[in-house]
Amino acid sequence: MSDLAWIEQAITAARPQAIGALLRYFRDLDTAEEAFQNACLRALKSWPENGPPRDPAAWLILVGRNAAIDQVRRQARQTALPPEDLISDLDDVETPMADRLDGAHYRDDILRLLFICCHPDLPPTQQIAVALRIVSGLSVKQIACAFLVGESAMEQRITRAKARIARADVPFETPGPVERSERLGAVAAMVYLLFNEGYSAGGAEIAARGTLCEEAIRLARLLLRLFQAEPEIMGLTALLLLQHARAAARFDPAGEVILLEDQDRALWSARDIAEGLALIDKAMRHRRPGPYQVQAAIAALHARAARFEDTDWAQIDHLYATLEIMTPSTVITLNRAVAVSKVQGPQAALDMIEPLANRLGGYFHFFGAKGALLLKLGRSDEAREAFNQAIALASTPAQANHIRMHLDRLQQEGVRQPRL
Amino acid sequence: MLYAILCYNSEEIVYSWSQEEDDKVMADLDVVHQKLHAQGRLGPALRLLPTTAATSLHRDGGLITDGPFVETKEQLLGFYVVECKDLEEALETAKDLTKANPGSGGGYEIRPIRLFLPGGDVA
Repeated sequence: MSDLAWIEQAITAARPQAIGALLRYFRDLDTAEEAFQNACLRALKSWPENGPPRDPAAWLILVGRNAAIDQVRRQARQTALPPEDLISDLDDVETPMADRLDGAHYRDDILRLLFICCHPDLPPTQQIAVALRIVSGLSVKQIACAFLVGESAMEQRITRAKARIARADVPFETPGPVERSERLGAVAAMVYLLFNEGYSAGGAEIAARGTLCEEAIRLARLLLRLFQAEPEIMGLTALLLLQHARAAARFDPAGEVILLEDQDRALWSARDIAEGLALIDKAMRHRRPGPYQVQAAIAALHARAARFEDTDWAQIDHLYATLEIMTPSTVITLNRAVAVSKVQGPQAALDMIEPLANRLGGYFHFFGAKGALLLKLGRSDEAREAFNQAIALASTPAQANHIRMHLDRLQQEGVRQPRL
Repeated sequence: MLYAILCYNSEEIVYSWSQEEDDKVMADLDVVHQKLHAQGRLGPALRLLPTTAATSLHRDGGLITDGPFVETKEQLLGFYVVECKDLEEALETAKDLTKANPGSGGGYEIRPIRLFLPGGDVA
């Protein structure tokens, strides 16, 4: 690996901590980002010559802070200077000082930085876009590409979102335990959304959107390093790893969906699965279950099944029932129905989802699942109707193609095409 | 003499590698592994899962905590057990590994070891 590649990686890894600390100093996101940029430029000059610092984040924080203070000083020569100890030349500062400055704070700094991206006024996709820009350091172009929009449109969106954040009143004092846990919950939800943005992609979009899954895992790992004893963060990280482990098996070369039962399990990432299983195992020892842990436990049961036939559906049904109690949602009931159909048969599953028709009338997966259950019961006409409704609601071409496959099969079986 | 060659680096960085970057490093290292294996010098070699997957049991009061036993800037990522006739040869081996896995930061710690085998003698 070249020096430059390593520097880039070190800077990316240090970014959340450095910008988080600079934000605490300057209490202004733009100033913090600019200070960080300046520090990076100096790093690119200094590190290849002088060797990398022992603690890249601390180096970037101090150099960035001084650069910004210098700038303020230049811009306002007439006004009083900041105290001398704040503006001393710390270009080649040693780590212990940085540790004193930041060691106690960096966890809350990073959490705050992530938390301001989760401003409730921002729609989820904008929260994610801002987090990718500010925390992960992705370029606007990369983000635009992942969201399948033009670069200038994304630039505008991020600028507006950042302006909204700047007006928000985020306290800079060290948060109390309750506040910290609320922040952590909001940030975890954002990371989960980010992952789903990437995970729900299909076909030609995978290459562009797959980045989102990787960034989500990166952020989940970051949270877990900061909150090593939080079972829900272990659960979240495990969940993302276990889902992502299947990435290579989820689509065929033409970009069509391959269902779990048809996936080549040899393509699943053994490394991601091992880590995911270790994390959920650790999490459960805490005996403080939560929705991420339960979802991870479900994913773990799939990961542990060497073949689809080996899946422990009874246990999965039980876990979904737990999840329904924790976070009641029609979508969870719908997922549970898949397990129920394996344990008790398609009729029981159909009975379970039919009452959801009103609330899930606009949901692709509802009609996909309903069609599949009707098909198993041999009710072809009704199955076709459900599949047609699913196609009308499909949000990606891969989804629609997958349903068409069922319809084609129905047609080949020589069943009369109904009128819609 | 058996030596443990312990690999240290920033987990933050190593676990940010893309699958391709990781595969490349592992493939380059494998050339060294194969050489050591062919010489009959390679004992167990392993890669540790990240410290976030670690659990620590403390002697005092049997306290169990999440995470590594000691928090460090660089983490123990894995290690090799290699037969080397002296420190010189152990250092050469570590240099080979470094060449296969360049970049800055981190490094290899070389520690002579005694091997305990169940029911057997001490090597």
